[in-house]
Amino acid sequence: MAAVLDTVVDMRDVVMEKNEADAVAAKARKVDRDERRTVGLPFVEEPRMICREVNVYYGDKHAIRNVSIDVGKNEVLAMIGPSGCGKSTFLRCLNRMNDTVAGCRVTGEIFLDDLNIYDRKVDVVPLRAQVGMVFQKPNPFPKSIFDNVAYGPKIHGLVNSKSELQDIVESSLKKAGLWNEVSDRLDQPGTGLSGGQQQRLCIARAIAVRPEVILMDEPCSALDPIATATVEDLITELKEQYTIVIVTHNMQQAARVSQRTAYFHLGDLVEVGSTDRIFTNPRHQLTEDYITGRFG
Amino acid sequence: MSEARPMSTMARVNVGLAARYRKERRFKFFGLAAIVASLMFLALLLASITAKGYTAFRQTEILLDIHLDPAVLDVNNLATANYAALVRDSVQTLFPRVENRQDKRIVAKLASTGAAYQVQDMVMNKPELIGSVKSVWVLADDEVDMFIKGHIPRNVPESERRISDQQAAWIDQLTAAGRLQLAFNTTFFQAGDSREPELAGIRGAAMGSFFTLVVTLVLSFPIGVAAAVYLEEFAPKNRWTDLIEVNINNLAAIPSIVFGLLGLAVFLNFMNLPRSASLVGGLVLTLMTLPTIIIASRASLKSVPPSIREAALGVGASQVQTIVHHVLPLAMPGMMTGAIIGMARALGETAPLLMIGMVAFIVDVPHGFSDPATVLPVQIYLWADSPERAFVERTSAAIMVLLLLLLAMNAAAVFLRNKFERRW
Repeated sequence: MAAVLDTVVDMRDVVMEKNEADAVAAKARKVDRDERRTVGLPFVEEPRMICREVNVYYGDKHAIRNVSIDVGKNEVLAMIGPSGCGKSTFLRCLNRMNDTVAGCRVTGEIFLDDLNIYDRKVDVVPLRAQVGMVFQKPNPFPKSIFDNVAYGPKIHGLVNSKSELQDIVESSLKKAGLWNEVSDRLDQPGTGLSGGQQQRLCIARAIAVRPEVILMDEPCSALDPIATATVEDLITELKEQYTIVIVTHNMQQAARVSQRTAYFHLGDLVEVGSTDRIFTNPRHQLTEDYITGRFG
Repeated sequence: MSEARPMSTMARVNVGLAARYRKERRFKFFGLAAIVASLMFLALLLASITAKGYTAFRQTEILLDIHLDPAVLDVNNLATANYAALVRDSVQTLFPRVENRQDKRIVAKLASTGAAYQVQDMVMNKPELIGSVKSVWVLADDEVDMFIKGHIPRNVPESERRISDQQAAWIDQLTAAGRLQLAFNTTFFQAGDSREPELAGIRGAAMGSFFTLVVTLVLSFPIGVAAAVYLEEFAPKNRWTDLIEVNINNLAAIPSIVFGLLGLAVFLNFMNLPRSASLVGGLVLTLMTLPTIIIASRASLKSVPPSIREAALGVGASQVQTIVHHVLPLAMPGMMTGAIIGMARALGETAPLLMIGMVAFIVDVPHGFSDPATVLPVQIYLWADSPERAFVERTSAAIMVLLLLLLAMNAAAVFLRNKFERRW
């Protein structure tokens, strides 16, 4: 399905490239307002999350400007860009983690399926059960491995019996590729695992509540290359069941794991497109400069 | 340019190097000197208190052969019999050659007035002893005790000491006959306060301190933690919460006697709670301890890494679940440490308790929160104010007990911190 979609998107890209060949060159000289218009294809046929004209302010600072983008079903969307470009901020809008930041204000609309998550009536607790999150630094609870994974299902009342809970823990750890390593020491503290294992434990914790979308905020930036490779393989597997949005500093990583890539620059969503096209044929000057390593 | 530089850079660094190390050594030396100085003062304090106080743990006793005269002891009326006369007679029989009435009275005073109570307890527990002659070790008078312990020197003129040459001779006579001994001072740990030093003990004050601290802990810890959690986790950060924070910090620095006056006005005069009660003492100390606990609790809540909060929120825990399941358990060691340090301060507090009548002379050991009571530091203050020589060593002994309790509490704080501190 995703592959078909990709082809469609790619074909459209080609069409648009032809139509806009001249316009692209002209755009580089246009005024500020136009430069902020997103290039490429931010929208998809079968979206899981729809974001329209999202603006984020930290006090007086305008951190995210008019970002509109879709997140497709069962795709991995990578968000790249230099430090401070707002990609993490935007990611945290998707499950309203920004609510906890004092002075943070979000405008615009974000839909999860048909639910406007910034509606006044929406409760963040069930929302975050549907949109899970994995953080930059592995942050297991200082509890046992079992309790780490079991925590989500327990608080949401997803299980009725102990054996059911054990099943969920086991299947989540298996999905996270951690079961073989920890099955004999589930009562050991999760903080005693290695960095890569901790991060996979956090992924297991996130998928234990069976979310629809998993947000990953630079999940490998604190890991060594081998652990990174394990987590990347895991992301590729998880894509079959979940929609994943991943923020990364590592462009090779984005190229390896994602189907679509979004490039952020100073609060603007500059360009979105299929990962292959973004990395081989970026349309915006800023994107090209970034992926060729001219800055960032 | 840069090729010519390296040598001169090294040379320049080397010139300054000696001065840098000198500075470092000086800094270390000052730090060490400060530590050594404070340790010396501590050692001096402990040594002087121990030297003055250790003798209080032993007490002179006299062996008396008491004739439990059936003529004096009416079996049906044991509570009101004249036990003092029995003790007096048995002391006087030890010195048959003393005839003068005034001397006889002085001889009788070699035994403590408490000896009569000892005999009474013995007889009332075993009425079948009546009619026999019983050898009993009874408490000696505090001045005999002081003389035996050497606190009343022999080599000064008679007029300058509390024991006359005659009394000294009698005491020597008793010692020679093996009728004087130094035994472990159980009275000191079992009795309440008394006008007679040999009958005075710290039990009453210790129990008073215990009840007071229980009230303080039970009130100040939950209230303090709740206030800290609200301020740290729920309260919006605005001018009002800033104002509250400034005021809490101010409260922590207010002289404790002011809290005593507040307690006097509110708890005694307005709410009519019982005077001198450990309940009121605990309430006043709660007011005093609360700011300390709130500040310590907030600091330890702040030190919980935000990543743990994010982890819990990210899984979909509500704010209260995040706090109760994750933040509080992690902050608890710090909160407990703060509470114990606050308690230790409350244990050593005197001034506010003076205001609410806990400075009264209370003989009975308190058995509840509303009984009149005093506390250890106030007892120390009262004894330090007493003229009898024997209270000097008891003051020091009570200080030793108080310091031991404080040491135990602070050690518990360190232990808790090390045991429950988690690393992430």
